[in-house]
Amino acid sequence: MSAGRDGPIGGTTDAPAFDAAHAIAPFLGFAALLRRADFAVAPEQTISWLAAIELLGPAGLGDIRRAAHATLAPPPERAAEFDALFDAHFLGAVEQGLETAPEEEEPSAADDSAGGPEPIFGDDTLESGAEATAAEKLAARRFAVSEDDEVLRGFARAAPARLPRRRGYRFRSARGGQAYDARRMFRDAMRHAGELVSLRWRKRRLRQRRIVVLIDVSGSMKERTQAHLSFAHALARAAASVEVFTIGTRLTRVTRALRLRDREQALAAASLLVPDWDGGTRIGEALNAFLAVPRFSALARGAAVVVLSDGLERGDPSAMRDAVERLSRIAWRIIWLTPLAADTRFEPRTAGLVAARPYLDEIGSGGSLEHICAHVLDLAKARAA
Amino acid sequence: MAVRRTIVGIGSPRELEDALRAAYYLADEELATAAYLALALGKPLLLEGAPGVGKTEAAKAIAGVLGRTLLRLQCYEGIDAAAALYEWNFPRQMLALRQQSEGGEGAKAPVDIYRDKFLIERPMLACLRRPEETMLLIDEIDRSDHEFEAFLLEFLSDFQITIPERGTVRAYERPVVILTSNRTRELHEALRRRCIYHWIDYPAPEREMRIIMMRASGVSERAARAVVAAVGRLRREPLAKRPGIAEAVEWAEAATLLNEQGAQWPQAFRRSLGVVLKDEDDFVHTAPKIDAILAEAQA
Repeated sequence: MSAGRDGPIGGTTDAPAFDAAHAIAPFLGFAALLRRADFAVAPEQTISWLAAIELLGPAGLGDIRRAAHATLAPPPERAAEFDALFDAHFLGAVEQGLETAPEEEEPSAADDSAGGPEPIFGDDTLESGAEATAAEKLAARRFAVSEDDEVLRGFARAAPARLPRRRGYRFRSARGGQAYDARRMFRDAMRHAGELVSLRWRKRRLRQRRIVVLIDVSGSMKERTQAHLSFAHALARAAASVEVFTIGTRLTRVTRALRLRDREQALAAASLLVPDWDGGTRIGEALNAFLAVPRFSALARGAAVVVLSDGLERGDPSAMRDAVERLSRIAWRIIWLTPLAADTRFEPRTAGLVAARPYLDEIGSGGSLEHICAHVLDLAKARAA
Repeated sequence: MAVRRTIVGIGSPRELEDALRAAYYLADEELATAAYLALALGKPLLLEGAPGVGKTEAAKAIAGVLGRTLLRLQCYEGIDAAAALYEWNFPRQMLALRQQSEGGEGAKAPVDIYRDKFLIERPMLACLRRPEETMLLIDEIDRSDHEFEAFLLEFLSDFQITIPERGTVRAYERPVVILTSNRTRELHEALRRRCIYHWIDYPAPEREMRIIMMRASGVSERAARAVVAAVGRLRREPLAKRPGIAEAVEWAEAATLLNEQGAQWPQAFRRSLGVVLKDEDDFVHTAPKIDAILAEAQA
């Protein structure tokens, strides 16, 4: 084999490969651009898109755009943004607003998600024996043991039987049910010389539905925060699957702190994690941060979401409305308990709550622990009605 | 990726659009492109949209164009694998065992109770076994639980399912699968990723009018135009149940019928309003505005 022969062959095979790579570069670039703008684009989808473009033998940019919509599947509410990025990328449409819109969103999104990692870091330090010091320090906030103990004890007793449940995917044998348990019956029959002795049944196992509690810790809710955290602690102890977050100006996950057996210790540990006690309220942004972290929003999937907040949103309520709308599509059921609703004929007045109302399954009273416990215990009942 | 350029003689989105029109379904260019790509790339087609924009109709029309039997799997809360895949015909299995033990003479070989005749096919298995003559419609997937959604993933990416007693059943050709969702809840990203996606919106006025003229019998163009304008206006109201295309078609037909029996035009629309608004609250909400809406629509 001579070097002279290798050269030209290498040259000819190289050239088309280089060309192809060159030709698909803009498309790969667009996929990368989409990812930077927070669209979820899987490599598999990019491949489908390229195959689709080849298939359509694109007669124009319209074909490429339609193929992009079909294969990259932007969510309908972001279709306009998607189109703007598409124009910017392929037509070089340098409309300032469109070009910079996703860029501007990025820092604020990052800012939000910064609320995520930080508490998670704090959460982790718990394991290194920090809870002891936490209990001693009570640095951020001191909680006194309240007189609602009896209510919470009653709640813990009632909870296992009354919290909402969902049908699991696995079967268990049962006294009566939806289907024969064929396997068990055959096994029995073998033991009795092929004779069927009794009918056996099986049915789907019930599991407790996950409950996600979002506690408003802003200044306007100052009086209630401790009771709410105590409730969340009782719930976390009583139920198999619970997640607790605090929302204020940021979002903080306090689930692990609340798993501590002793309430005082748990509340103290949680209080250390939350950086924004009694601050302002940006419920919309905090909820959006919750939805933006896939790990967190997955927790709300099919779950019962309980929001403990007065819904006093500063500024434009549209962010809060959109967040609640998205949350309502993910969650099984979402109820909002506000201390303002002491009366049963309560009509929401705060702009945020009025805007979010159509997406809530229920707005109830969060005036006292008793009310909150009753609402949460009735989650399953209310859905059936 | 296996690509088939033509399916039953359809080689481009335009041709599919024409074929669908012949099947009395007016698809826009986006839907035709998405459907064509799904067929050509052998991927499932996910149609999302508000209730009543014609998602299921689209699936039926595509099945008609392909000349395939439509297997419809209606999802509901609590749907499980037995309803979607297969079930063993247990009474028959039992009977076969008894027959064998009592019959005596035919009992040379032990009876295999996991043979085909003891298997009850459900839509997904039926589709895998006869991919070239069937089309699977998984309707209103958003109603099912998320476990069922996860269970669909294996089926939708590999087109195979496993029956423990029998082994794996695989389609020898990529089946045509259409999923629809009303978006009452968000579908999992992993499911969306495996599909070709299309969001069906309410049709543009011009197209909706053509749909009404095509679907309804004996409706005048003027009546159709008025219905489209009024329905378009109603959809912008905050209603509990927004009128879909089927409602628009029915309204045009109902009002025309009343008109033929002597009712004047605005009255004919007004009296047949129950065809469009099917919720007491919506009725109360629109009552003060309805005259203005109808007058505007007729202008």
